[in-house]
Amino acid sequence: MLRAALPLLGLPLAAAGAAEEPTQEPGSWGEPPPGLALFRWQWHEVEAPYLVALWILVASLAKIVFHLSRKVTSLVPESCLLILLGLVLGGIVLAVAKKAEYQLEPGTFFLFLLPPIVLDSGYFMPSRLFFDNLGAILTYAVVGTLWNAFTTGAALWGLQQAGLVAPRVQAGLLDFLLFGSLISAVDPVAVLAVFEEVHVNETLFIIVFGESLLNDAVTVVLYKVCNSFVEMGSANVQVTDYLKGVASLFVVSLGGAAVGLVFAFLLALTTRFTKRVRIIEPLLVFLLAYAAYLTAEMASLSAILAVTMCGLGCKKYVEANISHKSRTAVKYTMKTLASCAETVIFMLLGISAVDSSKWAWDSGLVLGTLFFILFFRALGVVLQTWMLNQFRLVPLDKIDQVVMSYGGLRGAVAFALVILLDRTKVPAKDYFVATTIVVVFFTVIVQGLTIKPLVKWLKVKRSEHHKPTLNQELHEHTFDHILAAVEDVVGHHGYHYWRDRWEQFDKKYLSQLLMRRSAYRIRDQIWDVYYRLNIRDAISFVDQGGHVLSSTGLTLPSMPSRNSVAETSVTNLLRESGSGACLDLQVIDTVRSGRDREDAVMHHLLCGGLYKPRRRYKASCSRHFISEDAQERQDKEIFQQNMKRRLESFKSTKHNICFTKNKPRTRKASRKKKDGVANAEATNGKPPRDLGFQDTAAVILTVESEEEEESDSSETEKEDDEGIIFVARATSEVLQEGKFSGSLEICPSPRIIPPSPTCAEKELPWKSGQGDLAVYVSSETTKIVPVDMQTGWNQSISSLESLASPPCTQAPTLTRLPPHPLGTEEPQAPLDLSSDPRPSFAFPPSLAKAGRSRSESSADISQQQELQPLMGHKNHTHLSPGTANSHWCIQFNRGGRL
Amino acid sequence: MGSRASTLLRDEELEEIKKETGFSHSQITCLYSRFTSLDKGENGTLSREDFQRIPELAINPLGDRIINAFFPEGEDQVNFRGFMRTLAHFRPIEDNEKSKDVNGPEPLNSRSNKLHFAFRLYDLDKDDKISRDELLQVLEKVDVEQKMSIQFLH
Repeated sequence: MLRAALPLLGLPLAAAGAAEEPTQEPGSWGEPPPGLALFRWQWHEVEAPYLVALWILVASLAKIVFHLSRKVTSLVPESCLLILLGLVLGGIVLAVAKKAEYQLEPGTFFLFLLPPIVLDSGYFMPSRLFFDNLGAILTYAVVGTLWNAFTTGAALWGLQQAGLVAPRVQAGLLDFLLFGSLISAVDPVAVLAVFEEVHVNETLFIIVFGESLLNDAVTVVLYKVCNSFVEMGSANVQVTDYLKGVASLFVVSLGGAAVGLVFAFLLALTTRFTKRVRIIEPLLVFLLAYAAYLTAEMASLSAILAVTMCGLGCKKYVEANISHKSRTAVKYTMKTLASCAETVIFMLLGISAVDSSKWAWDSGLVLGTLFFILFFRALGVVLQTWMLNQFRLVPLDKIDQVVMSYGGLRGAVAFALVILLDRTKVPAKDYFVATTIVVVFFTVIVQGLTIKPLVKWLKVKRSEHHKPTLNQELHEHTFDHILAAVEDVVGHHGYHYWRDRWEQFDKKYLSQLLMRRSAYRIRDQIWDVYYRLNIRDAISFVDQGGHVLSSTGLTLPSMPSRNSVAETSVTNLLRESGSGACLDLQVIDTVRSGRDREDAVMHHLLCGGLYKPRRRYKASCSRHFISEDAQERQDKEIFQQNMKRRLESFKSTKHNICFTKNKPRTRKASRKKKDGVANAEATNGKPPRDLGFQDTAAVILTVESEEEEESDSSETEKEDDEGIIFVARATSEVLQEGKFSGSLEICPSPRIIPPSPTCAEKELPWKSGQGDLAVYVSSETTKIVPVDMQTGWNQSISSLESLASPPCTQAPTLTRLPPHPLGTEEPQAPLDLSSDPRPSFAFPPSLAKAGRSRSESSADISQQQELQPLMGHKNHTHLSPGTANSHWCIQFNRGGRL
Repeated sequence: MGSRASTLLRDEELEEIKKETGFSHSQITCLYSRFTSLDKGENGTLSREDFQRIPELAINPLGDRIINAFFPEGEDQVNFRGFMRTLAHFRPIEDNEKSKDVNGPEPLNSRSNKLHFAFRLYDLDKDDKISRDELLQVLEKVDVEQKMSIQFLH
């Protein structure tokens, strides 16, 4: 950021090490080296890095301590605590060493502490949000900062002219403008630290935060221009110098951004070729981003802007290119570094404030500055917002403006800049330092402390912490296109038009150039989104210990509603008939012994047949590669399959919702009819409509299969797993059953009944006798099963035979299923089946997953709900809910459905 | 073109459009000049071909649907009134409009009309229902085009 910072490079922390150490660890290294060579202290050789490490350690420990009490951290922002800690530590040092030894050195700050924070914020910047609000952000960053700098400087000068500032503060208008320029910039570190805990809505956050990042260029220019003017002396400043100052604003900002984009391009391009050296991928990200920062700094461009643009620009391509693990590594390292740097910055800020030798107090100046920065910030925000609101589709309201004004925190950047002033040229430096410290402390501590209550009190819209659902994302794209199209029609080249252009360009050239082929191919499926969504869900699910089995936890959003529907629509008849075996799922879950549970888990695991030991892993240890161990592989598999399952359920859910909206009644009716429940409603329901409904269902199925195949292909691309394929086969049969239940979601899936048999049987039946299963394959079933099914079935069975006994259990189940309800559905079955091979995946995953996470029941629950219809009617017809048959049916259904 | 546009647009027609759509005078004249520039046949109406000549629209995955949205059912031509009526759906809702017109006809840019419009974009067969099929068609198209950008959102 500042060329002047370069000479200060070095390790200022270490510079004054000796005095500090007693307070840290008295006696551990302060002793003189003993005479014998046997054992020797070499403190001075390790002093610098040791002290740095120690500082970071202290800061981290402090963080841990702060977070021991939730109450404290919820009230007081961490940055405040750190500053206070710094004050205390600084006080101790002062007391021990009689002089302040440490402070935040501008060199350290700009070269080491600031870049990680900025990179982190640039890289994880929500780009869409950022560009949507780019106009506002730029206005506040450029106009706002200029406004703040000039008004504050001029007002302070006026204050001095009015005699309110003590005459010992020797400063002219230029000095005050210089001071105004450094004190006016909103500080990204402080803003981030405070706003991350406040959780205001995204728009507000991105505007304040984006401003704090982008105003760096303005601050740098202003500071440099004023500084050189002051050094030249106001008398020598020519008109051309002013013009140069204005021009340098563009050079610095655009140059910084350009440097960042160039490095982003290089970074993306480099990661395209790291396929064989995955291990250095994270390193590349950090190195090139840092190089961007240093390059911009070297050319005295805006380094913050450079690294922000670098992070913003490269993310998409880098994320696509690097491996999943590298992505995690990048993410965590970046967060760790940033949080580390932030902690150290605030702590050092506190410590620096103790050094009273460097500052001189003047109440008039301090109070005046405080007042002016608050006042002009507010005024500037109001004026600019009024202007912006003329153009904004969603205007910023008053409350937003209050938060924006109040959120203008000053921080370490201002402090570092003021330290950099040359005392010989700026005689009032000491006063400025003191004022800056007060301002920083005031904004970080007072405003930081009060902004949370303020936000609450004003009822500022908080951010909702949820990621957009896939549906949201897709429809968002749809609307982008629609709006772009309308702009085309109107002939107005607006925001959507340019975004559309950019996306076309990106797709045609940039992505082709910067993305790995495979990444490009895989990426072009919504698959990827599913993948990530699912992984996230799975992770959170497992994190919850897997025992939170509520159907909502694991399953689709529609679940709850379905439950309620089920409750109401189950007929009494069903209830009664099922009551014998109708055990509540939860009851079973809680009652059963650990042993049973283990067995169940084991069984499901085996039953899934997923993990036959078909892979041999070579033991390898290499520095350059991380080999996946079996466990990881399996985890991955589970994830993927689970994802598949979710994909399917997700889809069906969505579709169901559509259906529901359109003709819930019909469906209910038709469903009931199918169930064979002697229901008046069903009978007077319209048969023709029923047919229509079924038709739609069929269509839907085919469509889905298409999509599925897509995903399948990508899946297989990632890893070809024969085992999975087999599963698919088996499930496909199931699928059609499952499909129906799914599409019929509304229908009265008898929640109570299905669970009961399922639960009981899920655990017990096979436990008692796995061998019996074959018995269940009834001749009757075979008859009913359509030909396609039959063949598929046979295939799956044969493939199963390679596995142990568990597969057998499945087979009977499947065949068993078709018995009654199929009457109506039968004709469709073959059709669906042929078109829809994919569902296969679903089954095993669910089982496997359940077993793995010991959360079988959760999976089961959700599945059962899907099964409900089938279950229900089956029960009804046979009145034998508790039998092994029904149990198997359920399992089967479950697989198919999910 | 601009001068010709304003001359061709009769004042009373302009007033009516203004009333119906809520566009301002300058917006209407501006859009009218665009309309006439699109109107290669110079007959005061736009055909589908006129729209399809817009180069950007041709590559928009949803371009066809948007074009269709301009044409009332069963017609191949759209006049300026219809053109404006469709565009009016995209006008932002203004605060003062919400309060007024409580009993009058709902303005075209009201929330529900916007939703209706969006709905019709999905509803290909115009049966007032979005079938799973139709939904998938839209999403698929979008997806194909947008494959690279989903990631970009994060």
